[in-house]
Amino acid sequence: MTWVNAVIQGLLLGGQYALIACGLSLTFGVMRIVNLAHGDLAVCGAYLGLVLSAALGVPVWVTLPLLLPAAFAAGLLLQALLFGRALRHGVLAPVLVTFGLSVMIENLLQVAATSDPRGLNGGALALASFRIGSITVSWLFMTAFLTACAVLSGVQLLLSRTSWGRKVRATADDLDTARLVGIRVRPLFAVVSGIAIATAALAGVFIGTIGTFDPLAGSNTLIFAFEAVVIGGLGSLWGTLIGGMALGVTQVVVGQWNEAYAVLAVHLLFLAVLAVRPGGLFASHQVASEVAGAGALG
Amino acid sequence: MNQTTKPMDPAVTVSRWNHAATATTGASALGLLALVAVPYFAGGPAEQPLITLLTLVAMASLWNLLAGFSGLTSFGQHAYIGLGAYALYLAAAHGVNPFAGIALAAVAAAVISLPVSVLVLRLSGGYFAVATLVIAAVFQIVASLSQTVGGTTGVSVPGLAGYGPVLREALIYWATLAVAVASVAGVYLLVRRTFGLDARAVGSDPVAAAAAGVRVGRIRRLAYLVAAGGAGAVGALIALQTLYVEPTSVFNIQYSVYMLFMVLIGGMGTIEGPVLGALVLFGLQEALASYGAWYLVIVGGLAVAATLVASRGLWGLVSDRFGWSLLPVGYRVREHR
Repeated sequence: MTWVNAVIQGLLLGGQYALIACGLSLTFGVMRIVNLAHGDLAVCGAYLGLVLSAALGVPVWVTLPLLLPAAFAAGLLLQALLFGRALRHGVLAPVLVTFGLSVMIENLLQVAATSDPRGLNGGALALASFRIGSITVSWLFMTAFLTACAVLSGVQLLLSRTSWGRKVRATADDLDTARLVGIRVRPLFAVVSGIAIATAALAGVFIGTIGTFDPLAGSNTLIFAFEAVVIGGLGSLWGTLIGGMALGVTQVVVGQWNEAYAVLAVHLLFLAVLAVRPGGLFASHQVASEVAGAGALG
Repeated sequence: MNQTTKPMDPAVTVSRWNHAATATTGASALGLLALVAVPYFAGGPAEQPLITLLTLVAMASLWNLLAGFSGLTSFGQHAYIGLGAYALYLAAAHGVNPFAGIALAAVAAAVISLPVSVLVLRLSGGYFAVATLVIAAVFQIVASLSQTVGGTTGVSVPGLAGYGPVLREALIYWATLAVAVASVAGVYLLVRRTFGLDARAVGSDPVAAAAAGVRVGRIRRLAYLVAAGGAGAVGALIALQTLYVEPTSVFNIQYSVYMLFMVLIGGMGTIEGPVLGALVLFGLQEALASYGAWYLVIVGGLAVAATLVASRGLWGLVSDRFGWSLLPVGYRVREHR
């Protein structure tokens, strides 16, 4: 029964990874930017939640109506100031710029908030749980998982069912042709970036409520999100959810056996997928070959 | 060297070498002699800062080979710095002379980077960058789980007790100088060969390079292996300098941040740029050491600004302004009047 429990907890944990990975997948899929500061932006979201919830004296959930628009605005701003400019400087520039941003954020957070680990005030939800048979499930984990599913399906529906989503997909497929047929790419990219950062901040709030975070937590967050994206298959949001769950289950099940090997096992799972199916388990062929890029050439 | 580019039209000469390059090579040789002699006339107080600077020079040149010439933005080079440090410890623990251990560390890092390259080179751009971070994380976890190398507490480097403090310091200085010179000169000689042209073609447009017959995979792999081997040697030096090897300090992402900064500030894809970038970072370290985390905020900010505003770095600004090329890697076509 402990193993069944581990699998269930792992699936729920995987939802959190998928939630962080959602924005990473979106910015890559649409703008071809791998945002190396994505994990740090999630951690920024957690710190913003900490500040707001302390200032207002309420659980962090109550601050979400303030926090998410702020994160969305930060996304618009970053797109206008950094990402958009970087895109005009060739293929290497976005990688270098977002890595530089990541270094800045991590150290600014250390200056502003010291390197002490923090946790967020999750209110009553943080302690509540329910039982299925002999398995105890935390409502907090369940909420995180359901939120991840809701956000991923929301983004997926937005992309596949709305006229805005059609424009995004057209731009992702062929930027120049999209411009030719009259799509205004800049505001489109700005909104995509806003959504990506807002989902990152939301994920950050869950990370901060479930565990603790510190200024340097962003790098690991990025790595896990990235592994979820690659394992699930690039360009497929459902794949990302499954990739996240594969990571979560691996981490918890191996952790059940020996805690010290849990994170290592996750990385090895990622490397194994990279060795066997570099495009991920559910990738569309086109996206997979773009990611491989020069790697696919002889 | 120039026979393949002999011009068809006699009104044009194609040349690579120039008077400035002769002067630079001559001055570098003299400078090198002076640097070799430092332990005899200046001793410890001059050696310490020079060791730091030369280590930075080696790291910058090697990362430039990877990112500047071959377009491989690896932010996980600290994987091989850590590996080199542990290789040096293991060699020294088995009775190998620690200074000979530097070469062993380089070889070990290059050998281990071969299977790693098979995995990470399946990706490119930002995905390659994050995959290299994963590799560094894996190495760090493996090191902290291995009790033979002291787990999370780490180990002290043995084998140096036989040297007096003055001699030990001088030997470490000379070893660092040797690695720095080998890195700069090695990268320079490597990119002057056909490899350099191929690597730059791969870095700027891999598809076009492949279409033109460049063996993209082989070029990327060679650049990755050389950079890993070099980082292994640097890691071994760091182990010798600190005399202690511990997972969190040798697998520190800060090394990769420094490499990025020096190459971006100095100028990607030139030989002079990374050396200049190392001087700038060294100056910043001295000036801002007391500001702690602010120092890295400035380093990150300058790297972002350099990418967006001056993508060819300080050396790019200088050489554009004055037309200088001290250590040319390309060719120049001149028309006769």
